Amino acid sequence: MIDIQHLSKRYGNFDALKDINLFIPEGTVFGFVGPNGAGKSTTMSILATLMLPTSGVAKVDGFDVTQHPKEVRKRIGYMPDFFGVYDQLKTTEYLHFYGASYNIPRSEREQLIPQLLELVNLSDKSDVYVDGLSRGMKQRLCLARCLIHDPKVLILDEPASGLDPRARIEMREILKELKQMGKTIIISSHILPELAEMVDEIGVIEHGEMVAQGRVSDIQARLRVKKVLHIRVMDREEELAARLQDEAMVSAVLSDNTGIHVHFSGGDVEQVQLLQNIISWGYAVISYHEAQTNLEDVFLEITKGGAAV
Amino acid sequence: MNWSRKWINPVLDKEFRLRMRTPRSAFSLLAYILVLGLIALGFIYITLYLGNQGNQPFNSSAGRMMFYVLSFAQLILIAFMAPALTAGVISGEREKQTLSMLLTTQQSSATIILSKLFSSLSFMTLIIVATLPIYSIVFLYGGISLKQMIFIFLFYLFVMLLLGALGVLFSTLFKRTMISVIVTYGVGLCIFLLTGILYLFAMSIVQRSYYSGPPTTGTTYSWVGYILGLNPAGALISLFEPSFSKQAFLLQNGNLSSDAPIQLWQEFVLVYSVVIIAALWISIRRIRPVARRKHSHPENGLPGVKTSTGAHS
Ligand SMILES: Nc1ncnc2c1ncn2[C@@H]1O[C@H](COP(=O)(O)OP(=O)(O)OP(=O)(O)O)[C@@H](O)[C@H]1O
Ligand SMILES: [Mg+2]
Repeated sequence: MIDIQHLSKRYGNFDALKDINLFIPEGTVFGFVGPNGAGKSTTMSILATLMLPTSGVAKVDGFDVTQHPKEVRKRIGYMPDFFGVYDQLKTTEYLHFYGASYNIPRSEREQLIPQLLELVNLSDKSDVYVDGLSRGMKQRLCLARCLIHDPKVLILDEPASGLDPRARIEMREILKELKQMGKTIIISSHILPELAEMVDEIGVIEHGEMVAQGRVSDIQARLRVKKVLHIRVMDREEELAARLQDEAMVSAVLSDNTGIHVHFSGGDVEQVQLLQNIISWGYAVISYHEAQTNLEDVFLEITKGGAAV
Repeated sequence: MNWSRKWINPVLDKEFRLRMRTPRSAFSLLAYILVLGLIALGFIYITLYLGNQGNQPFNSSAGRMMFYVLSFAQLILIAFMAPALTAGVISGEREKQTLSMLLTTQQSSATIILSKLFSSLSFMTLIIVATLPIYSIVFLYGGISLKQMIFIFLFYLFVMLLLGALGVLFSTLFKRTMISVIVTYGVGLCIFLLTGILYLFAMSIVQRSYYSGPPTTGTTYSWVGYILGLNPAGALISLFEPSFSKQAFLLQNGNLSSDAPIQLWQEFVLVYSVVIIAALWISIRRIRPVARRKHSHPENGLPGVKTSTGAHS
């Protein structure tokens, strides 16, 4: 559905994007992650036909964004990272305006708009001036606007930025619904755990380069070279901690009142071996498990060194 | 209902709504009429009590005089109003961060640019029409025909179109409304003042060389007149008095029977029509990024035509 090949973008002599390659199949929800200034918004504006790439090709549903922008625009719903609204319009008028701008006949819009407002939970605000909506409501209204022409692809640039936790959850629920509707969604965010639940794939971009890309679980697995094992024993905890220090593949051992935390760089086989060793040494193991590394850690891991993959 | 659906595109519809919902529009209309009304009253006061103390204050020459004064005042007011209303139409949306969403819709670049210009022009026309009651005072005096009046109003429309097209152009080219407004006023100032000053300057030089040089009998009019044709005031006077064009081109002692090569207002309309079309064309091409020619698509003869107008595809 989205096909990006060797995409580069220069601002003056600053490379904002360097040879980006990306393929997103139809119906996939793709999480686009990276620190500030990584080039997420740049990539998304190129896909939204708002900016020309310096080199490379970007295609949406087979249409080149620079050669057939009008066809591309028909197929995408774009939500910019920062956006404004026309204050003097009412919520329904606002949607009517964009609907008409996509050449949707009025009779169709009359039916569509209440449904969209329902979807984004703004039905009770249909006759309010857009000016009077809260930030989160505006964000949801903007999402409804993206959907008005029933695009196949949604390009959402940080749709949850600036929202409080509750509004974030609401936004996430809406996105799940859209995913169920079979839309191809590309969504950017700084906050990874938020995406983890709903995205199929993530791509991590840093300094204009894709540093990791694939299924969420794959990326997590690939980065789990260094994991944290959490061990609890009945007694002689300090003795075990000292003993583990000398084991191979153990880089650090910390012990606190919740148990022993072992930084371990081995794979599954070595992990099993270690457990067997501990038991053979005669310790009564209550629990032995891998501490949950969340996406946040993955993200920090990837973006810290650059050589993570 | 049917015609409105056909003629009013969504951008225009939105522009009209937004424009008429801001109290600022009502205030600017009020201020405009107030200024022009005060000028008219001031003129009446001067002619009645200070100037012509004769027994015929309401004569046709006073009427014509008042018409001229009002028309010039109106021209100057338009020069101030048109850039203010148009120099922010695109950059304003960019600053309010609504432009990118507008540009991802199916509306063509031409529709967006022309609708925005048209809505501003409509509002200015509304203001001009609202000043008609003040003009009705002129008819009290007499001395002006309706035809002349209509011509003057059409001329205003053209000046608004010119300044409006320039405002839209700079609003498209510059990211900031502030800069766009300043540049539009700057160019407006050039059109209104610089051309006039240049004319006087060139005329004085040509006159001097005419007297000092060898006596010529051939040419009786000078190219200098063309400069005055670029000035809105010059063009306006030539609409009042057709003989003015002749005077503009003639050197002193020239042959009065020879005709001016072109009426000043005709030249004005011709030259600035080109400017208007060029300004709008550039705006339409520049509002969206223009794709360079792809060697893989040699059939796309004109580079970027698709991107800028979206007319094909
Ligand atoms: N118009 C511009 N001119 C010059 N440089 C720009 C421009 N727009 C973006 N950049 C630069 O390009 C880089 C990528 O910017 P981009 O907005 O794509 O980052 P981002 O990943 O969206 O960041 P954020 O998470 O902060 O939104 C940044 O270093 C930025 O400074
Ligand atoms: Mg961004």
